[in-house]
Amino acid sequence: MIKCDKVTKIYQTGETQIKVLKEVSFEIKKGEFLAIIGPSGSGKSTLMHILGALDRPTSGSYFLNGKNMLSLSDDELADIRLQQIGFVFQSFNLLPRATVLRNVMLPLIYDGKTPRNQRQIKAEKALTASGLEKNRWHHLSNQLSGGQMQRVAIARALVNEPDLILADEPTGNLDSKTGDIVLETFKNLNREHGHTIILITHERYVAQHADRMIELKDGQIIADQETLGRVLELKEK
Amino acid sequence: MKSVDLLQEIYFSLSANKSRSFLTILGIVIGIGSVIAMIAIGQGTAKNIESSIESLGTNLLVVSPGSQKSLGSVARGGSGSATTLTLEDSNAIKQQVASAQTVAPTVSSRKQMKTTNGTDTNTSVYGITAAYQSVKSIEVELGSFITDSQVKSVAKVVVLGPTTRDDLFGADANPVGQKLRIESLEFTIIGVTKSKGGTGFGSSDDLVYIPLSTAQQYLTGSKSVSNINVQVTTADLMTATQEQITTLLLIRHNIADSASADFNIVNQADIMDTMSSVSDTLTLLLAAIAGISLLVGGIGIMNMMLTTVTERTREIGLRKSLGAKKREINLQFLTESVTLTFIGGIVGVLIGWLAAVLVTKFSGTTTVVTMSSVLLAFGVSAGIGITFGYYPARRAANLNPIEALRYE
Repeated sequence: MIKCDKVTKIYQTGETQIKVLKEVSFEIKKGEFLAIIGPSGSGKSTLMHILGALDRPTSGSYFLNGKNMLSLSDDELADIRLQQIGFVFQSFNLLPRATVLRNVMLPLIYDGKTPRNQRQIKAEKALTASGLEKNRWHHLSNQLSGGQMQRVAIARALVNEPDLILADEPTGNLDSKTGDIVLETFKNLNREHGHTIILITHERYVAQHADRMIELKDGQIIADQETLGRVLELKEK
Repeated sequence: MKSVDLLQEIYFSLSANKSRSFLTILGIVIGIGSVIAMIAIGQGTAKNIESSIESLGTNLLVVSPGSQKSLGSVARGGSGSATTLTLEDSNAIKQQVASAQTVAPTVSSRKQMKTTNGTDTNTSVYGITAAYQSVKSIEVELGSFITDSQVKSVAKVVVLGPTTRDDLFGADANPVGQKLRIESLEFTIIGVTKSKGGTGFGSSDDLVYIPLSTAQQYLTGSKSVSNINVQVTTADLMTATQEQITTLLLIRHNIADSASADFNIVNQADIMDTMSSVSDTLTLLLAAIAGISLLVGGIGIMNMMLTTVTERTREIGLRKSLGAKKREINLQFLTESVTLTFIGGIVGVLIGWLAAVLVTKFSGTTTVVTMSSVLLAFGVSAGIGITFGYYPARRAANLNPIEALRYE
């Protein structure tokens, strides 16, 4: 589903060039649960932005569902984000002073094809999948706890039924217990609903929840293997 | 994105941030309202002064008895007590000065008057000739004006100014044919003049007219006149005519030195110049105040719009990352700004207009709300509101969504 070939990203600040990604190549198949791990400055956020069609590589190619993202216009990239990608951010990024349901329905107003009466049904389905208690659905988003907010954000990422869910440090602003619940939610979405999920984190513990782990350092892949968690899981079977 | 969804987004966005929306609208309301009220007062006052000047008549020279006075004291109405001008002077001017088109001598004094119903008032009594009507361009609302034959026959007839009529008989009554007692003499009311507007200076609404001969014989008991109004054929001849009359009267009064003349002549052009310079200064002052209000209102709007940029930039980043296109973001924020400025604009116009009405009601100052002031105030405020609401959003929409999300 995803094919990256020699993806390079160079940031130009004044005279100096910073090579954040150096010819990164990998493939991701549909239905995978992948973690991209690396310390800060390793280029993992930049890679996530490229995978999420928020940014373009300087050179190399990135194919999503067979389409080369390098040749697309800003509006076409926006369409890709709308139809095929769901984001979950570290800082949730919900609309404050808006209800949970309205936050989840937000992507649907931009696609222009979901009838109005279908939107709430879709949003409720997504909220059920993300595991947020039903009695919270009509609350304002800024009245929720961090864990609840992240579930709203996950529901919002799910509502357009994207091919790919990108989660950027989704547990970064949560305590470990709530973080575990959120990670279980991702796992559940992958196992039960077949979503392709890419988890970006700097914590090895968090990455262990995924099946496969790509390790980045100084803009290069230094390891690409099954996680310990996956190995143990397979052994149990 | 469908337009229904766009409108709903805007409604949610504005109603979710009530205090922000309210303060933005308030800034626009104050900016527009104050400008409209201020310009309405300024234009009303200018119009008032204009109609006062018009009610004086055109191309007019006023010869008054007494020595040279300053303009201001003459402008009070030439009610000096000197009695050096006579009807013969007036006739001489008429016969010997070619450019004196119409000559209207008047006698004026304040008298107590009483109707048969018992209502009374104290007001100016003008003894005049028929020529006075054309000199002062007086129009008659009811009945007729004083004629030369009535002057010749020393008739005891009276024409009322509209304000005096209102005072004595009530507003819009028709008193023609009724009797009016001035001092101890009974006069028949033969007409009421039309209101000329203009209050205070030069008002010709609160007075009564009687034939000149009647006034001289029964009220003042002398041959002298209070002043002589001379209408000059054309405006170009004003100064020349003034000199001719001066020379004529000096000879008639046997005065060699013009500095010791026992009369003075006021050229209406001088009065008009003074009045229009006052009116111009006033208009300028009010325009300056209006301009400052507009500036302050504009800065208020600008401030409100710019302080919300941080929050809005993150929101724009979020919307873009969810798949909103640049055009959709621009459209939403432009429509939001337009909505806010139009709500504020309409309320501001209403409040400014209401303020003008209230000023007229409670202070009596005439106010004129003009379309141009409404358009100016609306245009500037809407321009500022839309520019500063839309421009930062446009800039944010051009940012990479990641940068916009991280905006501090």
